[in-house]
Amino acid sequence: MNLSKYLKVYTKFLHTSLASELEYKTNILIDLVTAILSLIGSIFLLSIFFQNSNTIGGWNFEQALIIQGIYTLLNGVANTWFNPNLTEIVKHIREGTLDFVLLKPIDSQFFISLKRISPSGFLEIMLGIGILLYCFKINQIHLNLSFLVLCLITIICSISILYSLWFFISTTTIWFVKTWNATEVLRSFLYVGRFPLNSFSFSLRIFFSIFIPIAFITTIPSEVFLGLTQLWKIFLEVIVTSVFVITSRKFWLFALKFYTSASS
Amino acid sequence: MVKNIIDVRNLSKSFETSSKEPSLKGTIKHFFRRKTKSLKVIKNISFEIKEGEIVGFLGANGAGKTTILKMLCGLIYPSEGRIVVSGYLPYKRKNNFLKNITLIMGQKQQLIWDLPPIESFYLNASIYELDKFEAKKRIKKLSDMLEIHDELFIPVRKLSLGQRMKSELLAALIHEPNILFLDEPTLGLDINAQRNLRKFLQKYNEETNATICMTSHYMKDITSLCKRVICVHNGSISYDGDLDLLIKKLSPIKEILIVCRSEEDATKIENSVFTVKNKIKNEITIEVENASIASSLKTILNNFNIEDLFINEPPVDEIIGKILIKKDYEI
Repeated sequence: MNLSKYLKVYTKFLHTSLASELEYKTNILIDLVTAILSLIGSIFLLSIFFQNSNTIGGWNFEQALIIQGIYTLLNGVANTWFNPNLTEIVKHIREGTLDFVLLKPIDSQFFISLKRISPSGFLEIMLGIGILLYCFKINQIHLNLSFLVLCLITIICSISILYSLWFFISTTTIWFVKTWNATEVLRSFLYVGRFPLNSFSFSLRIFFSIFIPIAFITTIPSEVFLGLTQLWKIFLEVIVTSVFVITSRKFWLFALKFYTSASS
Repeated sequence: MVKNIIDVRNLSKSFETSSKEPSLKGTIKHFFRRKTKSLKVIKNISFEIKEGEIVGFLGANGAGKTTILKMLCGLIYPSEGRIVVSGYLPYKRKNNFLKNITLIMGQKQQLIWDLPPIESFYLNASIYELDKFEAKKRIKKLSDMLEIHDELFIPVRKLSLGQRMKSELLAALIHEPNILFLDEPTLGLDINAQRNLRKFLQKYNEETNATICMTSHYMKDITSLCKRVICVHNGSISYDGDLDLLIKKLSPIKEILIVCRSEEDATKIENSVFTVKNKIKNEITIEVENASIASSLKTILNNFNIEDLFINEPPVDEIIGKILIKKDYEI
C-alpha cells in the first residue's frame, strides 16, 4: 500500500468533505446544538440513577462518568466518520454508485469508510475528552506515559470494534439491499454502553460481551482509565479487536463477489 | 497489425431473481417464502475488439448490453467463460488495469453534488497519483476539448444536465484511460449537447487512439461514432460486424421522390414498371432496389418530364428497430 498516496487522498477527502458541509451553515449549527443537548440529557439521566444509590454495579457516579466520557468520545467519532460514510454504503449499493468506487485504483474499503466527515461530531469528541480530563481530576488519577499509552490502545480498540461491527452490517446490504434499520439497532445497543456492564443481569452481560461487545467498547476502556483493569483484559480486547477488524475486511472482500450493481 | 485489446470467450452470466404475485396475499407470500430462480442474462457470447475501435452495443432494454459492459470493466463477476481486457482479467480489478479504463454512465454521477466540478477533478487526480501540475495541464486540455471553462467553478447542483455530463466526462478521463466504457452517455441531453458530446468522443478517439465501447438508445450516437456494432438479443449476440453492411442488408431498397412537371407525367410513371409507394398530384414516390438505382434514374430522366427528384434512405431508427426485435442477422 502506497502510504503517501493514501495520505494525499485522505487530505483531499477532508478538504472536499469540509467544503461540502460548510455549504450548509445552519445544518452544522443545529448538529452542534443537538450534540450539546444530548450530552446534557445523558449526564442528567445518569445523575437520576445515582440519586437513590451511591453505586450502580459497583461503580460510583464519578467513575460512571468516565464511561459517559468514553461513550461521548465514541459517539463523536461515529458521528464524524461512521455515520456519514457507512450509512452511505446502503445508498451506494441501492443506486449503483458503488461502481465508481470499485473502478478507482484505491482500496474500496478505505474510500467508502473515510470519504466524508461531519464536522459537528468534532464537538462531541472534544466534549468526550473534556469529560475524561475532568474525571481524571475528580477520581484523582495519576497520569504517566504507560498509563496514557494503555488508554490510547484501549480507545483505538473501542473505535475499531465499533467501526468493524457497523461496517459488517452495512456490507450485508450487498445481499439485502436495505439495512438502514440494522445500523439503527446497533446504535441503540451502543446507548447501553453508557452504563457499567455490571449493572446488567448475567445473561445481558454475556450478550453485551459476545454478540454486541459493549464490554469491549466502553466498559473495559473505562476500567483502564480508572486503573482498575488487569493486563489480560487489555490483551483480550486487542485480540477481539483484531478478530473484528480482520473479519469485517474479509467479509467485505467476499461480499464484493456478489455485487451485481444496480440496473441502468 | 492492430492488436486485440478485448477478448471475450464463451461468456455467460446468471443472476438470482425473485418474482412476486400481485395482491396482499402475494406480498405476504413473497415476504415469508421468496421464490428465486437463476436467470441466464448473458448466454455464451464471444467477440474481440481491436485497439482504437469504437464499438456500439445495440439491443432492446434488458437485452444484456449493460451487463456485458459491467463485466468488461470488472464490476460484475462472470458466471462462465473468460474475459481479457488489456491483458488483465477485469474482475480482479488490479490497479494497473483500473488506471487504463473508465466507465461513464449517463444516469449516474460521481461528481460531488455540493461542490464545483474542479474539486472532484483534483480528488480524482490524487487517486490516480497525478501531481498538481500534471492535473492542471490535463484539466486545461480536456476543458478546452469539451468547451467548458467557467462552469468548472460552479457547484454541480447548479449546472445544467449538459454541463454536468461534460464535467462527468472530464472527471472520468483525467487519468487518460485507453479504454472507455460508455453506458448511454447522451441520456437526457438536448440535441446540441448530444452533438457536442459525440464530437468530443470522436476527437478523443482520434487523438488518443482510445478504444470505446458504448451503448445508446439514440441511434445518431451509434451511426455517427461506431463503424462496428454488436447486437444483443436476449443475452446472445445476434449480429457482430459493420454497421453500414447491416443497414444495407436490412434495407435493400431506397425511395425516390419524383416531382413531375404535371399530374399526367406522374400518372405515366405510375403506369410504368416502377413499384409506387404513393402519389399525390404531381409528386410520386417509387421504391427501387439498391442495385438498380443508377439504371432506374437513367430511365426516369430519359423518359419522363420531371422537375426535381430526391433519393431517400429509409430512417436508420426504423432499421435498427428491426434489429432489436429479431434474433439473427447473418451476412
